[in-house]
Amino acid sequence: MTENLLEVDDLAVHFPITRGVVLNKTVGHVYAVDGVSLTIRRGETYGLVGESGCGKSTLGRAILRLTDLTRGAVRFDGQDVAGLKGEELRRARRRFQMVFQDPMSSLDPRQSVESLLIEGMKAHGLSKGPEADHARLRELVDAVGLPAGALRRYPHEFSGGQRQRIGIARALCVEPDLIVADEPVSALDVSVQAQVLNLLSRLQRELGLTYLVIAHDLAVVRHVSDRVGVMYLGGIVEEAPATDLYADPQHPYTRALLSAVPVPDPELEDRRERILLTGDLPSPAAPPAGCRFHTRCPWRQPERCDTERPELRQLDGAVEGHRVACHYAEAIREGRLARHTVEPQSFEVDGPSSAPPEHAASVNEILGM
Amino acid sequence: MTTPLLEVEDLGVAFTRKGEPDSVAVDGVSFDVQPGEVVGLVGESGCGKSVTSLAIMRLLPERGVRVSGSARMEGTDLLTLSDSAMREKRGRDLSMVFQDPLSSLNPVIEIGLQVTEVLKRHRGMKSDAARREAAELLERVGIPDPRRRLDSYPHQMSGGMRQRVMIAIALACRPRLLIADEPTTALDVTIQAQILELLKELVADSGTALVMITHDLGVVAGLCDRVNVLYGGRIVERAERHRLFAKPRHPYTYGLLGSIPRLDAPPGEDLNAIRGSVNDNLPWASACAFAPRCPRALEKCTEITPAPELVGGRFLRCHNPVPAEA
Amino acid sequence: MVTTWANRRRTRIDDLATGRSLGADALVRLRRNPVAIVGAVIIALFILVSIFAPWIAPHDASQAFPELQEGLRPDVIPGAQPGFPLGSDQNGRDFFSRMILASRQTLLVGVFATVIGLIFGVLIGVLAGAFGGWVDTLLMRFTDVLLSIPSLLLAISIAALAARPSQTTVIIAVAIVGVPIFARLLRGSMLAQRDSDHVTAATALGVKRRAIVLRHMVPNAIGPVIVQATLTLATAILDAAALSFLGLGDGDPARAEWGLMLANAQAYLDVRPALAFYPAIAIILVALGFTLLGEALREALDPKGRR
Repeated sequence: MTENLLEVDDLAVHFPITRGVVLNKTVGHVYAVDGVSLTIRRGETYGLVGESGCGKSTLGRAILRLTDLTRGAVRFDGQDVAGLKGEELRRARRRFQMVFQDPMSSLDPRQSVESLLIEGMKAHGLSKGPEADHARLRELVDAVGLPAGALRRYPHEFSGGQRQRIGIARALCVEPDLIVADEPVSALDVSVQAQVLNLLSRLQRELGLTYLVIAHDLAVVRHVSDRVGVMYLGGIVEEAPATDLYADPQHPYTRALLSAVPVPDPELEDRRERILLTGDLPSPAAPPAGCRFHTRCPWRQPERCDTERPELRQLDGAVEGHRVACHYAEAIREGRLARHTVEPQSFEVDGPSSAPPEHAASVNEILGM
Repeated sequence: MTTPLLEVEDLGVAFTRKGEPDSVAVDGVSFDVQPGEVVGLVGESGCGKSVTSLAIMRLLPERGVRVSGSARMEGTDLLTLSDSAMREKRGRDLSMVFQDPLSSLNPVIEIGLQVTEVLKRHRGMKSDAARREAAELLERVGIPDPRRRLDSYPHQMSGGMRQRVMIAIALACRPRLLIADEPTTALDVTIQAQILELLKELVADSGTALVMITHDLGVVAGLCDRVNVLYGGRIVERAERHRLFAKPRHPYTYGLLGSIPRLDAPPGEDLNAIRGSVNDNLPWASACAFAPRCPRALEKCTEITPAPELVGGRFLRCHNPVPAEA
Repeated sequence: MVTTWANRRRTRIDDLATGRSLGADALVRLRRNPVAIVGAVIIALFILVSIFAPWIAPHDASQAFPELQEGLRPDVIPGAQPGFPLGSDQNGRDFFSRMILASRQTLLVGVFATVIGLIFGVLIGVLAGAFGGWVDTLLMRFTDVLLSIPSLLLAISIAALAARPSQTTVIIAVAIVGVPIFARLLRGSMLAQRDSDHVTAATALGVKRRAIVLRHMVPNAIGPVIVQATLTLATAILDAAALSFLGLGDGDPARAEWGLMLANAQAYLDVRPALAFYPAIAIILVALGFTLLGEALREALDPKGRR
């Protein structure tokens, strides 16, 4: 048994952009994930945080082999998962499961909770006859805090928080080692989010699970994680123990992200210094050369930033395991470099998502113009 | 105390459906907004915060909705105004910014036209002047290269830029009141920070009062002067923001603050979750709606509607509030 | 101090012994919809009449009654008389009995044509939607070709290809017209299902591919196709009637069929328009019944209608 449950090495997922109706021509690539390496130790929670379009969800799905990899290796408990196919892959799936963001759309509306849960057990030969199965199902729903009566009901009869509990029970029914949770609470009401977060950490303690939690909410990720990776445009820019990331953010993007998260404390809000980023996220179809963040970076330097892509590295004097991908991290950390203002660059949104929506009421219409 | 800009009194909104009991979305909501003030309406889904704003803007459908109470803006009750008079007011005296800027902008008309339309209608500007003014407005909300941007279509802009355009349109006629309904919920954190900063600046510069509707207590903490916390269609607590966050007295406010993971707290500890979900409410008519989820609930909480009280400048609706010294 | 409310609430989920599935939910909504009820009543009447047609019909539909013609000029077609509520047709047979008996033929053609079209359409749609890739491309180009021809024209050409026009050729022709519509529809919603979270979830769970397609994709994708089938039944009846009307059906004059009756009535429009009126009304009513039910079904199955 190795200490690392999951090892991801130089993983990349590039989606082709195609044009044309009959003969699809590839005209470019969206570099959703571009060279990510990370390891997750047995029993820990690794948090992946980043804004929309940074590739965090794609990375999660690639690890679970729900998206094809362009290159890279994924080793799960020593076994190379990236090369698995067909039946082999299907069997391997028992050990790594997923919890989805939207608990409604991720549950088949036509299946009762019971048949949703038993399906996975049957698919992996874990079914031990109706009696034993039923006992196991009761145990499962009880573990996620639902009454046994829930088994006979259908997803649409539950509230959002309860549905997410069903989603978690489904992931647990095959007794996995790793659970990838993609935005597990962002679709839920604030008061319910806490319930689900507490449930996840209780299950981890009781079942010795390993988590990869993917979220845009830095506060949520930091709360549940032992280690946190910050993603920007397809790459990890900083990786650190959860407490250390907040105490000693080293990458300019992490600093900006931390300062942007609103804190429910007026005193703190009034006095904290904000690092406002200007402009938008560049398109992942045409990522900037060099450091991907240099177009928005308030500490950008004339040299290296726009030509050489920085690697994750450990700084002298930083906590062990705290790594950052920035050429000038030392200088910024010691305060030798000053912030400067950045002229906002706007980007034309282009690509498949840029099609206009089918219908929208104009604001002028609404305002009665 | 100056005369309030907006005075909402006993506002009620019920959705009626034939053959079914009315569903009450908002019930006896009263609050006021002073000129230039930023007031927050906070709550979770179904608490009635958006319906309140739509009722004030008179944007609810006529059929199947019953609105009661009053919403006086500078003495005129918006709820009884004629449709044409209300149209005249909307966009000029009071404006609104919505959550999803993509579906609130017309997708097939250039940004420039959508901005100039407002200027021409409410400020009677000629085409050339309106276009110049539109470019200035876009520049003021921080859109780079505004002149060229006038010819862009909404789908060619990012979410943050679209929300800036929405704000530009809403502020084009320098309204005295702006209602923002979850204006940053669809945006990323770093973009949210930009938009909030922009709103703060604009409100301070122009003296426009802002009603900020959000589910995010963090957003409220940094922006609003006074905060109304809604639950199940009623205001359960209102206070000046420092006071509210330092000493939340309603168990719901208290629980909500305790259930948010915070960047400035040590990680790893369990959160103080509020049990149940918003579906577990009791009717306000004969109880406290929050009672089934409340850790401080008394027997009478399920039997008697708590009366609103004013305690040391704080509005509170609770039989058993969290002690002030706790 | 803490009340029992929370506990009382928590047990509520157990109170209801079984949950209500989406299908059951849709049925409840269907029963509350007056449009559905009107449609269902029309269809039920129509089916009852066609089942019991030989018993309802007062006379033998193929027998001529020369006595009706007594005292009338030979070029006049007799109207209503005691025992013959609608008079006779151009051949002296009881028109009322023929109208009733014709419902059987119409129902037969409509149902068979739709069901055959549905079977092949679903087959193609499932294959295309489940496999994607070149299988999808090939099957969809095939349906494109069929769809590019106006449906009635297509039915006419297929029926005209047959060496000897008969009831079967009508059914086949009308069925083929339905195939591409069902196939496209199902394939589209299968593709939407393929990208849906719950199918991804089943894949992630390690469920076998065949089970994913049959348990998760098809049941969720089939709704619009069922609605379309109901609507297609209406057009199938109309198309079949049109084919008979154009003389592309079974030409046997003894056979009673509304479309054929309408066609034959053409020559006597100025003499006795009722011969055209009743078959036309019957066709319209039945088509309306299926359309109403189909529309109501669409509404009931729409997840947005659920509260």
